[in-house]
Amino acid sequence: MGGPDGMQGRVAVQGLVKRFGPVNAVDHVSLEVSSGEFLALLGPSGSGKTTILMAIAGFEYPDEGRILIGGEEVTWAPPNRRNLGMVFQRYTLFPHMSVLENIAFPLKMRGVGRAEREERARAALATVRLGQMGGRKPAQLSGGQQQRVAIARAIVYRPRVLLMDEPLSALDKNLREEMQIEIKHLQREIGITVIFVTHDQTEALTMADRVAVLDHGRLQQLGAPRELYEAPETVFVAGFVGETNFCEGRLARPAARGEAVMVALDGGGTMPAIAAQALPAGGRIKVALRPERLRVLPADGEGGTARVTEAIYAGNATTLMLEGQGGQRLRARVPAGAGLHEPRPGEAVRLSWQPADARAFPA
Amino acid sequence: MSRRPSRFLLGGRRYSPAASLLLAAPFLLLVAVIFILPLATLLHESLFVPAPTTAHYARAFAEPVYLRVMLRTLRIAALVTALALLLAWPVAWAMSRSRGLGLALLGAAVLLPLWTSVLVRTYAWMVLLQRNGVVNQLLLQAGLADAPVRLLYTEGAVVLAMAHVLLPFMVLPIYSALKGIPEEYSRAARMLGASAWSTFREVTWPLALPGVTSGCLMVFLLALGFFVTPALIGGPQQMMIATLVSQQVREMLDWPFAGALVGILLVFVLAVTIAFKRAVRLDRFVGSA
Amino acid sequence: MALNAAAYAVTVFLLLPTLIIAPMSVGPERLLSFPPKGFSLRWYAAYFEDRDWLRATLFSAEAGLISAVCATVIGTMLALALVRGRLPGKGLIELLVIGPVIVPHIALAVAMFLVFEQLRLTGTLLGFAMAHTVLALPFVVFTLLAALYRFDVELERAALSCGAGPLRAFRHVTLPLIAPGLVSAALFAFIISFDEAVVSFFISDLDRKTLPRKMFEDIDFNISPTLAAVATMLTALTILALLLGFGLKRGLERRARAAGTAAEAGP
Repeated sequence: MGGPDGMQGRVAVQGLVKRFGPVNAVDHVSLEVSSGEFLALLGPSGSGKTTILMAIAGFEYPDEGRILIGGEEVTWAPPNRRNLGMVFQRYTLFPHMSVLENIAFPLKMRGVGRAEREERARAALATVRLGQMGGRKPAQLSGGQQQRVAIARAIVYRPRVLLMDEPLSALDKNLREEMQIEIKHLQREIGITVIFVTHDQTEALTMADRVAVLDHGRLQQLGAPRELYEAPETVFVAGFVGETNFCEGRLARPAARGEAVMVALDGGGTMPAIAAQALPAGGRIKVALRPERLRVLPADGEGGTARVTEAIYAGNATTLMLEGQGGQRLRARVPAGAGLHEPRPGEAVRLSWQPADARAFPA
Repeated sequence: MSRRPSRFLLGGRRYSPAASLLLAAPFLLLVAVIFILPLATLLHESLFVPAPTTAHYARAFAEPVYLRVMLRTLRIAALVTALALLLAWPVAWAMSRSRGLGLALLGAAVLLPLWTSVLVRTYAWMVLLQRNGVVNQLLLQAGLADAPVRLLYTEGAVVLAMAHVLLPFMVLPIYSALKGIPEEYSRAARMLGASAWSTFREVTWPLALPGVTSGCLMVFLLALGFFVTPALIGGPQQMMIATLVSQQVREMLDWPFAGALVGILLVFVLAVTIAFKRAVRLDRFVGSA
Repeated sequence: MALNAAAYAVTVFLLLPTLIIAPMSVGPERLLSFPPKGFSLRWYAAYFEDRDWLRATLFSAEAGLISAVCATVIGTMLALALVRGRLPGKGLIELLVIGPVIVPHIALAVAMFLVFEQLRLTGTLLGFAMAHTVLALPFVVFTLLAALYRFDVELERAALSCGAGPLRAFRHVTLPLIAPGLVSAALFAFIISFDEAVVSFFISDLDRKTLPRKMFEDIDFNISPTLAAVATMLTALTILALLLGFGLKRGLERRARAAGTAAEAGP
């Protein structure tokens, strides 16, 4: 790591701003990707994730900021001079060329001789397990096969970085999950840097080493999947990544980040939590709590703190819809087969959680 | 590499205004010299020669001969449009409901005339309709006439031949509108209790209307300025405005008056076009060939 | 069904006048009749022996070829600017594109006659080529607009990401995929020029005239049987051109989008 070879696949985005009319599609985003890393850009549509990818690819020029690849500035270089691989959302195989011609195309553009072109294209085709398909036209392949050919075409010239723009969104669920694993394997095998745009949080969490969450053009959080899920830093990340209960309330005194606090809930009662950000006194607070971190206990005659309104059985777990004393609506998930209490609808229950699992944000 | 490149053509993204203008430049230049300049020169003749005047325009409306030609032009264009619509509807409908060989045959029957020289088709009508032509031979043989009937140089012949020549311009837009109406719509209407006639009136016709408007407009506009067919098939009694313009230019050498006639024609055509702006669609003719 | 019967009747009406000329053109007599009284190619021979007819045909072919090439190149450039570019005054330019279709040809013809006299373009190949290019451009532009809208711009981006420069991306990816549109457009332009009668009627001179102008004169003076031969050959040529164009277009399309539909059928 850190040697000249290890620098090749490094990508740095510094203070990137891209405006479309009055809207900041990308608003001062900075991030670094190290060589061989798999970074996912995650966000809803309009979050700026694709614009960042397009700026790295060279299809958009930023209004402010710089882009560096392998330590070299490429902000204004045309796309064909950046030596990046790109896989598009809709396969975009050239329909008039055979599969093999498609894969050999970037080599042809780089002046590689015919014999070597064919050999390397065949090797790339074997890498994506489509060795027999070279003579076919793209239209004769299935969606999954087409996307594998697109990957082969993007890696055949051994680029330092592979950009992927929602490459799996056109595939159906089973194929998508299969391809997620396959892409991940391929990336480890050839040790390429991957920047992967997706709006699917499960996909981002499963595939990426680190995930950058974006909303309205701003970088919300950049971290490993576990950090994002367990320690979201903004309300948006808490809500966008995974399922979450939000309880609203107020705080009597200010709190520093990481401090344990007691939030006075709107409907009455208090809730122990820790401050995910610095919290002002008297301000409105939102507490985020994952359904599976909420423990549901029998009321034991002492009078419950919530009532079960509905229980939805889903095989591996049961989801409970709960109503708190203050009228808050919560969801809890009880894993099956762990011998835990599984209350019926209408039953009064007691709720409990680790204060560290309840994260308080300014609302 | 630290400066924004000022290159013209950037593949994969939108071309800059400068690059776009550069691409459009040959077109603009050609159209300026071969389209705008000639028309402007002609209209200039009509308004400023020998001195600034509207007299040439006034003359076109004041003299009954010319007024009659203009009114006749409107009447013939309207009749041609009506006849073409009547003839085109069954063809367009049959095309929209057939596939394979049937569609190919009907399509060929419409496209072949579209791309056959107007002169060839006009000539064919002259051969058929002349005094000792095919139609008269048939009429005599069948005993329907005692002597050859005068067919050529009648308004009926002009209307018939023009409708024939312009028919593809009516069929194609109607076909393209009808093709877009799923057959399920009329089936659904029938299931809901509509008669065949109500289905046509309430479902098919309103949905086909944009195509019908487009076709009628094209045929009407083309008929207004039509030169070849009326000039050859019509006699002096059937003179339309195009022939009158030609006569003013070639025989009378009266450029200002010819300019005024063209000016009137242009104003009329432009007014109709702007009124039905959305119906003027060329894609219907090029897409289907 | 009644409507179907009407459709085929109209089809016959559409085709018959043009097609009936063919058998009549091989009749031996000066007075054309149907059915022909015998078989003779004398009217075809008359055409090929007449220098005037041949010169007019050659002149039309030259004008047609030049117009087809010019209209296709200029029209493609404009269509690219309209689809891909940011054109100031786009609405006005679109109006100019349909202009030559909306403005009656008689108006254009007379106007060109007036200006061409002054520019000494009357009766010149250049004059015809320019006039016919303008007349063909609307059809070329609309054909190419359709082709370009069907073309997926992402493919060009893919080519750039593969390392092709903008020009190579255009040549290797865009051009082969819009080729069917280009072929149709060029064919349209050629036929429009070759058959154009009204403008030709005014901007020809005594020696340099196009085939339609020559036909116009012959029809106007005497309906000579040679015309029947010419009309038959022109119709045959049109059928041939349409078949050729259709076949070529189909071939290019097949090359462009391989026949299989496995993509839709696959998982």
